[in-house]
Amino acid sequence: MTATVAPTRVPIWRDVRVLQWLFQLLVVAVAAAVVIWLFGNYRTNSENQGIPTSFDFLDNPASFEITGNDMSQNASVRTALVQGFLNTMRISVAGIVAATVLGTIIGVARLSKNWLVNKMAAVYVEAIRNVPLPLFVVFGALAVVLGVFPRIQEAWEPAGLMVISNRGIAGPWFTGSGRWLIVIGIVGAVAWWAVARWRRAVSDRSGAPANSGLWGGAAFAIVVVVGWAALGFGVTLPEVDGRRSAGGIRIDPSFFAIFFALVIYTASHIAEIVRGSIQAVPRGQGEAANALALSGFQRMWYVVLPQAFRIAIPPVGNQYLNLIKNSSLGAGIGYYDITLVTQTTVGNGSPAVPAFTITLLVYISISLVTSLFVNIANRRVALVER
Amino acid sequence: MSAPVRRTPVVVWLRRNLFRSWVDGVITTVAALVSAWVLYKSVNFVLVTGRWEVIERNLQLLMIGRYPADDVSRLAITVIVLSGWVGVIAGIVHARQVRAGRIDPSATAWSRRRVVDLTERFWIPALVILLLLVLTDTAGPWIMTGVAVVVAIVGRIVGPFIGRRITGVVAGASLAIVLAAVPIVLYAMIVDAVGFDEWGGFMLNVFLAACSIILCYPLGVLLALGRRSRLPLVRLVSTLYIELVRGAPLFVLLLFANVALGFFVPEGLTPSTPTRAIVVFTLFTAAYMAEIVRGGLQSVPTGQFEAAKALGLSPPRQTFLIVLPQALRNVIPAQIGQLISLFKDTALAGVAMGLFELLRVSEAITQQPDFRGQGLIGETLAFGAMLFWTVSYTMSRESQRLERKLGVGTR
Repeated sequence: MTATVAPTRVPIWRDVRVLQWLFQLLVVAVAAAVVIWLFGNYRTNSENQGIPTSFDFLDNPASFEITGNDMSQNASVRTALVQGFLNTMRISVAGIVAATVLGTIIGVARLSKNWLVNKMAAVYVEAIRNVPLPLFVVFGALAVVLGVFPRIQEAWEPAGLMVISNRGIAGPWFTGSGRWLIVIGIVGAVAWWAVARWRRAVSDRSGAPANSGLWGGAAFAIVVVVGWAALGFGVTLPEVDGRRSAGGIRIDPSFFAIFFALVIYTASHIAEIVRGSIQAVPRGQGEAANALALSGFQRMWYVVLPQAFRIAIPPVGNQYLNLIKNSSLGAGIGYYDITLVTQTTVGNGSPAVPAFTITLLVYISISLVTSLFVNIANRRVALVER
Repeated sequence: MSAPVRRTPVVVWLRRNLFRSWVDGVITTVAALVSAWVLYKSVNFVLVTGRWEVIERNLQLLMIGRYPADDVSRLAITVIVLSGWVGVIAGIVHARQVRAGRIDPSATAWSRRRVVDLTERFWIPALVILLLLVLTDTAGPWIMTGVAVVVAIVGRIVGPFIGRRITGVVAGASLAIVLAAVPIVLYAMIVDAVGFDEWGGFMLNVFLAACSIILCYPLGVLLALGRRSRLPLVRLVSTLYIELVRGAPLFVLLLFANVALGFFVPEGLTPSTPTRAIVVFTLFTAAYMAEIVRGGLQSVPTGQFEAAKALGLSPPRQTFLIVLPQALRNVIPAQIGQLISLFKDTALAGVAMGLFELLRVSEAITQQPDFRGQGLIGETLAFGAMLFWTVSYTMSRESQRLERKLGVGTR
């Protein structure tokens, strides 16, 4: 006979499942209470001060100018915010590209066998990354642009191609339709990809060196040159015209200052990541490349860097996110990104809370989209483990 | 037969490290020219062209802002007591480490090696402090620094005795309370004399960072526990907070708090600007701290949870007695990294909120009647950068040292 043990009922106040649910409800209730309290305060205070809580202000006229953008006089706040957003994207993309290039060079230099190059890179990294970014921003705006760059009357004009002064940096630019330029670029990229693929196929069949980069680059160059001539593009050079520069493309001083600061600062962080990632590649890989008699450059470019790249993606992605968020500092020195547009429009009487909510949501969305891309890239290059 | 004497003559060293091939030679030459130019420019700036009068005349403004001269003695007392306090804690920690067998006492006995080691670790901050003292024209700071150093050393010597004597839960707890009370009393003493709004200079940067890192700790740990929780609603709330805050730029949050924090609290409770800054820094850093602590929690082996469970500890006790102490210790270097980045971020408070911290003072003093229009921004920013750099660099070096000592990643 087997004795059956009657299931003892746990009293309800000691049932773990019940307790867990109660705890969860408590946490949510506290969080909700905090949010409701804050929101309630906000509603009461706004009503008392007669400040609207709606988003109607977006349709009001912005009544300020955004330097460097053509925005009509009676454009709405909405248009201004969109222009600000585009400026944020401009500085972010330019900064990310430049910081990546500079950071990679310094990171590789940091591992150089050349004693002097190695030490220079080390000094750069240690000196820059321990100083706050706002210092570089202020330095770029007040010391470099206003202190080093000459007045427009004495502007530097290297080879007649550029006009550099404290009114900004002007360089040569194309004339013609920007849309068609993008089309040319896309066609060129497709040509590059197709030719490189064809060369690799040839190489696989015959064993001849592929040189896919060389052939692809040539294809790209041909497409650009032909397209440029066929669509009637021209070049305009900047020149000094009284108290400003005319022609070409002009980079605003504030853009230059924030760009300078972001690139200098972020590059020092990226350099450390690049160095760490290269060191994390197993030593045997480099030795195997040596055993195959690859040159120093080939060893780096074909064997070590691709594997280091895989390790570096998540932390570098983090640095990109930081750079995008740090670009808001441009507002402090008069670069009209979305932050400064918001600040200005709030100063002009738009309600602060809705306006800043929009801006914060924009930044959060940019961050989420960027980290989505980083995750996709990470998954694509990650080692497939068994 | 004696072993051949190994020597690397200068020429061999040069060939190995600077001129391996002709490409290398060209690179070396270019790099040498560039670094010589930079070096010449820097030395020239520091010793010849730099006009440092603006720093000398405004040193007090740069360091402590417009803190009233009558109450400066309170700051001096604070510095002295705090350095003694740090010394005592270092001594207690050291004694406990020795008792636990983690440190060989002979390694820290006074010897030539230890002196060399200490010099290597602290010569940069010592040099900077000396430079600051040389720039002052009163005796006060000299006396304060001297007394502070002596008190710190005395504390370090006395600390181990306290640590050895005091054992047991009650005595340990009362010691902890006394130690925690010291900074609070000091805080009350300085705030009591001078309202928050008159704080400024480098002192304000240090203060903002210290306050925020301490205040963010409880929230950060709770958020980390919440994010790792098995309970879905708790996890959702924590994750939402962490991800939303991490997606937003600190600068925009500071601007937002500056114009709109008053809307979210009942009327009449509108906080002062430094308080706003501390609120934003705390809420912001808590999200990052949560991610660091989460990393620490993940590094604790599952066996530890299971062992705690097997002992019959309740879930809160499992967490707070077994898991969390190990988790927090594992990520000490990352926490110091966060402190460094928070410290650097305090420079944003000047740009965003108009607080009179170091960066803002550096800008403002170039506009004084005596110095206006002379392009002195390079000098003042270089001075500010030097202070920030020294503190951050020293902290990061110490953190690397701690990392090696804790053996993170090698165990």
